[in-house]
Amino acid sequence: MNIPKQTLLLMYERMLKIRHFEDRVRVLFAAGEMPGFVHLYLGQEAVAVGACAALNDDDYITSTHRGHGHLIAKGGEMKYMMAELYGKATGYNKGKGGSMHIAWPALGILGANGIVGAGLPIATGAALSAKLRKSGQVAVCFFGDGASNEGTFHESLNIAAAFNLPCVYVCENNLYAVGTRQSKVRKIEDIADRAVGYGMPGLAIDGNDVITVYETAKEAVDRARAGGGPTLIECKTYRWRAHFEGEPDTYRPPEEVEAWIKREPIAPYRRRLIEQGIMTESEAQAIEQAVIKELDEAVEFARQSPLPQPETALEGLWA
Amino acid sequence: MRQLTFAQAIVEATAQEMRRDPSVCVWGIDVGPYGSAFAATRGLYEEFGPERVIDMPVSELGYVGAGVGAAATGIRPVVELQFSDWITLASEMLINQAAKMRYMFGGVISIPMVLRAPVGGYLSAGAQHSNSFESMYAFVPGLKVVLPSTPYDAKGLLKSAIRDNNPVIFFEHKKLYEQKGEVPEDDYLIPLGQADVKRPGKHVTIVTYAYMVSKSLAAAQQLAQEGIDVEVIDLRTIDPMDEEAIIASVKKTHRLVIVQETWRKCSVSSEVAAVVAEKALDYLDAPVVRVTAKDVPVPFSPVLENYVLPQEADIVAAVRRVANA
Repeated sequence: MNIPKQTLLLMYERMLKIRHFEDRVRVLFAAGEMPGFVHLYLGQEAVAVGACAALNDDDYITSTHRGHGHLIAKGGEMKYMMAELYGKATGYNKGKGGSMHIAWPALGILGANGIVGAGLPIATGAALSAKLRKSGQVAVCFFGDGASNEGTFHESLNIAAAFNLPCVYVCENNLYAVGTRQSKVRKIEDIADRAVGYGMPGLAIDGNDVITVYETAKEAVDRARAGGGPTLIECKTYRWRAHFEGEPDTYRPPEEVEAWIKREPIAPYRRRLIEQGIMTESEAQAIEQAVIKELDEAVEFARQSPLPQPETALEGLWA
Repeated sequence: MRQLTFAQAIVEATAQEMRRDPSVCVWGIDVGPYGSAFAATRGLYEEFGPERVIDMPVSELGYVGAGVGAAATGIRPVVELQFSDWITLASEMLINQAAKMRYMFGGVISIPMVLRAPVGGYLSAGAQHSNSFESMYAFVPGLKVVLPSTPYDAKGLLKSAIRDNNPVIFFEHKKLYEQKGEVPEDDYLIPLGQADVKRPGKHVTIVTYAYMVSKSLAAAQQLAQEGIDVEVIDLRTIDPMDEEAIIASVKKTHRLVIVQETWRKCSVSSEVAAVVAEKALDYLDAPVVRVTAKDVPVPFSPVLENYVLPQEADIVAAVRRVANA
């Protein structure tokens, strides 16, 4: 596949944004700067970025409790995300949502979701909507290995296949649902194999290789847009951190974590782009510095932003 | 004036809205050529075709959830559950998603979805096809809950529900589907949140809704012969609830009976009683009396079912009690 240079560079920048954003959230959260709890996307950057790079601005995504990466990959601005994480009035959702509930329909982001598997019917409905409106839009549903065992997975994939809906189901298999290793609770190795049961293509791919993710997603998205129906893509990946920040990670062997960190997606991609002459070393550094600068400004924006007025808690229930 | 059945009124309301607004689509189980289990979509498939009237697989969670996703992205889905008893299967999409999305996302997404669902007993349908779960959904902020009692109200309320930009659960009582009543052909709306005085009276107020309206009116007729003049208030929507109408009637009659088909604990009747206790206690001349189902599942055998569900005689006895207190 001949990937435009612009796309290759955008994917590099967005993966870096996610990496730095999440690492900063880790530090700020540990310092007690933000309330609640956070689930970090560190290590899985290639999945969100590769899949979203295959989408148009007005295509839809649904996201998960581990959603920061999907939002940045779909074009979300770090300053409004960070402000939301701080519970500030200037956040994407006015401080009502928080880390697990960011939505921004102007970018096609139909919401991160605190309920495992709940995004599956919503993405399916967005795809049905696109089909009914003949809008040519596609929906990408991000969900985890844990969600693939929910009833929503079965019902949604069956509906999407039956009606040939423009939906691409991107399963991020990071091997653990909270503390339970998936092999203990699922008989089959590849979740992608389940696609056969619904009559749609199913592919298990290396979720840490952004080019592979992009090419696979692009083919699925193009097929969906052309009326060819849904696809299930299982991206094998790994989260660097525990399920949420502050959780004692007692359930994963340290050598397994280390091995996956060595297989991280960004450094090899950076080398590849430089080797192929897509960017120079100094351009790579400039991109990274710009990301860090934007992130610094985002943190400052969040810190300086006002808290919501308490009475606004009673606003916005009804349209 | 022209008479329609309750089911025909539902069809007419839906068809009018589908003609008016191309984003209105219908889906559910057997809503297509079959015309739905209670004939409440009959003719829609023939007029609007398979693109806008969609037969779904038996996947309540999946297709109600698809309604939420479609509503968030420019469609106004009218989703039907074949029986409201299975709303339990779809509840995640209603309670954690549809009800919360607008609020939780700071107002950037709205969910203009209607979920229509047949409720109620008196049909020997057994414990899993006779439920009335409205209290559970009225409890949840962010969902509107409608229960019409006549064909006229059904049409006007459903049209309002379809035009509403919020998720609305529209419960239709199975005993009402074949009841006839006057329904104008024109394009009238009944606002959600407005109760209706189905019978004016001086002595005792009955606050009720759905199928219990007809039982209450029958009881009122019987009581009139004893000189007890009953006012029957039909809530029509239980969320939002027309508190003003309840309080106005209680201020007039000073006596209140609340009649509902469903269970007693933490229910619509509890809410009505609490509203009156908080806002109109001084106007009451007698304790509030509730006529409700007994707190057991609805049993199958007619003799058992009739013992559990409220009967006209129970309403008559309750009104006599407060009238004489």
